[in-house]
Amino acid sequence: MKISRTFRTALRALRRNPMRATLTTLGIVIGVAAVIAMMEIGSGSSAMVQNSIAGMGANSILVLPGAAASGGINFGAGSVMTLTPGDCDAIIRDCPAVRSVAPVVRTRGQVVYGSRNWIPSSMYGTTPAFLDVRDWTTMAEGEVFTDQDVRNSNKVCVIGQTLSRELFEGQSPVGKEVRVMNVSLKVVGVLSPKGANMMGMDQDDIILAPWTTIKYRISGQSTANTSQSSSTSSSSSSINTLSQLYPTSQLNLYPVPSATQAADTPQPVRFANVDQIMVAARATADIPVAIKQMTAVLRERHRIHNGETEDFNIRDMTEMLKTLTATTGLMTNLLLCVALISLVVGGVGIMNIMLVSVTERTREIGLRMAVGARARDILRQFIIEAIILCLMGGAFGILLGHGGSYLVKFFLHWPVKTSPAAIISAVLVSAGVGMIFGYYPAWKASRLDPIEALRYE
Amino acid sequence: MQLIELRDIYKTYHVDELPVPVLRGVSLAVAEGELVALMGASGSGKSTLMNILGCLDRPTSGEYWLDGHEASRMSTDERAFLRNHKIGFVFQNFNLLPRTTALENVVMPLSYTTEKISDSQARQRAVESLTLMGLADRLDYEPAKLSGGQQQRVAIARALISKPSILLADEPTGNLDSKTSEEVLQLFGRLNTEEGITIILVTHDPGIAKHAKRIIHISDGIIDGQGAADNSSPGTAESRRNVYRPRRFDSGGAQ
Repeated sequence: MKISRTFRTALRALRRNPMRATLTTLGIVIGVAAVIAMMEIGSGSSAMVQNSIAGMGANSILVLPGAAASGGINFGAGSVMTLTPGDCDAIIRDCPAVRSVAPVVRTRGQVVYGSRNWIPSSMYGTTPAFLDVRDWTTMAEGEVFTDQDVRNSNKVCVIGQTLSRELFEGQSPVGKEVRVMNVSLKVVGVLSPKGANMMGMDQDDIILAPWTTIKYRISGQSTANTSQSSSTSSSSSSINTLSQLYPTSQLNLYPVPSATQAADTPQPVRFANVDQIMVAARATADIPVAIKQMTAVLRERHRIHNGETEDFNIRDMTEMLKTLTATTGLMTNLLLCVALISLVVGGVGIMNIMLVSVTERTREIGLRMAVGARARDILRQFIIEAIILCLMGGAFGILLGHGGSYLVKFFLHWPVKTSPAAIISAVLVSAGVGMIFGYYPAWKASRLDPIEALRYE
Repeated sequence: MQLIELRDIYKTYHVDELPVPVLRGVSLAVAEGELVALMGASGSGKSTLMNILGCLDRPTSGEYWLDGHEASRMSTDERAFLRNHKIGFVFQNFNLLPRTTALENVVMPLSYTTEKISDSQARQRAVESLTLMGLADRLDYEPAKLSGGQQQRVAIARALISKPSILLADEPTGNLDSKTSEEVLQLFGRLNTEEGITIILVTHDPGIAKHAKRIIHISDGIIDGQGAADNSSPGTAESRRNVYRPRRFDSGGAQ
């Protein structure tokens, strides 16, 4: 018997009882719809989580100075200041996978305006590129300080929403002068609100200034005193005796290392060093490439030979990204399991109805056998009926699920992403369900004795 | 060689482990082109014999030669092939597929044929077959909209579609009134004489049996007697004796 004929026979048999066929497929329709909707909504939320992490700086890479060791004692990460603004320039110049790069000098201190004061959780000295690295380019008010301000270590700053609220109480802070550790900084801009980060830290509680200003005017009272340039550098003072060599207040970015200096430390300590460098990759997928390129550039600049330990650490947020994607993936899988269970339930429904149908059509089966249908023809006909039911259910389910997720997108504004994999697997699963759950009734039908079947009332 | 030849057919059913012999050594031969009536009361074994003739059942022992094939030892699939190609069935209750047009009902057996036949050819043959039955204007009617006689003619058209050598009619007029019965029986007669189709009529009614050229009486699982039908009087003394003969055993599975 030709398969196309079997197909038509099965279709004709189903058409004889359209109501029952419809109700039978309902289980599959709901199951497949659930699978599709879950997959689409799930992958949509997953994409949104990835986007929001990217907004938090998931594409950003952190370069931290390496560990110093003296007399067998390792001082841990950041104990030696090895990164310079020159490294920043080299990275942006030589690493095509890097979108932007910003040096960061950190400190902590009181900010005073009038009779009010506040200690912001972040006080960063950086360049305007910082905001690009952090995907934070919109300003609520005013402007960002310029590269010119950085070069001249001008006394300007940009403040976050929290700081603005605490110090200015609704007045416009732009143009006002705040005092940071007895240095007056003019507020040139207010950042747009960013809210808390994943750890719950308020990202708006921030003050940004040119890194030269923070480094030479605020954190270290003596500009050349690198040991006090930041809180993290305090431990490096124990091995850095050079502060005694350069007690003057003159700004000397790249001093010629003396013989003593070269002998004492494997790397010359640069006075213009920064606490960390923040780098933004062009895309999440580019992060590994960017790290590779940066490693190469920094190793060359720091003259680290093959086999030597690097004097810097590169960290990325991929792990965070992975964790969160995995969480969303877990949720999607969980929902998928629920949906698959409903598919199985739908399959049992199909089996139930097929069994009823076989009983009801016993005479027809007997007749078909009498006119020459072999057992396998009957088996095939009933399996194909079940598969057709399931595939139709699958098709309707896909439409329903897709429509459902569209409604969710439309009314609840949840992110939704069409997933071809879900559609393909739904079709395969529904056909599989038809085959598995249709097999037993079909087998039962094929085993009927034609004589008995013809006499069946 | 005859078209049908039964040699010493035995059929024994087992009811609760007890052997119930239904056919006890039946031998008969039907030549091509014959119109034979198989007569017997219910429980006489005629249905069993009919099932064996129709390759639906296998005898416990004995040989069944159908058109040169020994059918009693064939596999299920081989017998399905024989049923499809050599035998047409007409049933008492028509057994048409509900909610399926007359044409589709008639085409149905061709979907199991091994012949290479296109769909349009199959339909063409079904139309011819239905036209032969005088139903050319009822092609798209569903069984529910046809009268009993028309339904039975659709069933006969279905039986003839695969051009069988034998037509097995099991009480073909049992559900019809006397007028349509007469029409159907005349149709059988015409098919037999004009188309040369071998027909075996299974019935308990001597009035039906008289339409056959030869009557085979069966009772208690053996051939009781055969002879040319006496067309002059409905129901000979012999056939009446067979019809009203009390049953020896209960129908238990043998019918």
